[in-house]
Amino acid sequence: MSLGGFLDDALGVHAQALAFRGARSRVLASNLANADTPGYLARDLSFDAALSGANATLSTVSTHSAHLGTGERTLSTGPALYRYPHQPTLDGNTVETEVEQAKFSRNAVEYQASLTFLNGRINAIRDALTGGAGR
Amino acid sequence: MSLYSVFDLAGSGMRAQSLRLNATSSNLANAESVAGNEAAVYRARRPVFETVLLESRSDLPEANAGVRVRGMAISDAPAIRRYQPDHPLADRAGYTYGANVNAVEEMVDMLSAARSYQSNVEALNTAKEMLLGTLRLGQ
Repeated sequence: MSLGGFLDDALGVHAQALAFRGARSRVLASNLANADTPGYLARDLSFDAALSGANATLSTVSTHSAHLGTGERTLSTGPALYRYPHQPTLDGNTVETEVEQAKFSRNAVEYQASLTFLNGRINAIRDALTGGAGR
Repeated sequence: MSLYSVFDLAGSGMRAQSLRLNATSSNLANAESVAGNEAAVYRARRPVFETVLLESRSDLPEANAGVRVRGMAISDAPAIRRYQPDHPLADRAGYTYGANVNAVEEMVDMLSAARSYQSNVEALNTAKEMLLGTLRLGQ
């Protein structure tokens, strides 16, 4: 087993979830920056779409002991969807600052949650490698 | 690292909103300025925003939509004509021309710009905390 594959398995989906939350925070920050731009359409990423994309990732099969694994799994963030505004505006802008702020805050908390999960996994691997002496 | 571009995005928003605040204060400062003819009078100005892609990275272009000021729109509302024959700037007919600034409109615009500026600061601070948490990963 290659080390990359081992780490991917050990860290689980959290590494990809972290990358997804990072990408989503950029999309939401774009929305906030364009809160007053005429005609700007607010975008967002769907976690469900990204998750099903991550589950459907194909992996290669090793038929020989000298074969190397394909290594990293790439995260597909899925398509950026358009936000449906609660209140339409005359200038065509669909950013509702309070909605975006709420989503941005929630995304930040979920990012911290992914970080906490990753920290737990990393500590577990370190414990396994050092027999608990690394603490 | 993708989170770093949140700084650029929020920065572009703050730059645009601070220019809007500047334009608003120019308008308010000149609200009472007077000229001797219709052409020389101060006219209210307002920035026009447009979306700009900050990086030409193809992975997620909609995640790099910053904002920039495309130009200034000069108000074409008529100047305020007052009959003041004893005013030093009055024209032959005795009229002066005041700036076409609507103070109430400017105050509302100022509040809106300040709020938008704050929400960009908020996004920047949150992204900073997320990055610092990432840097502490595994420690």
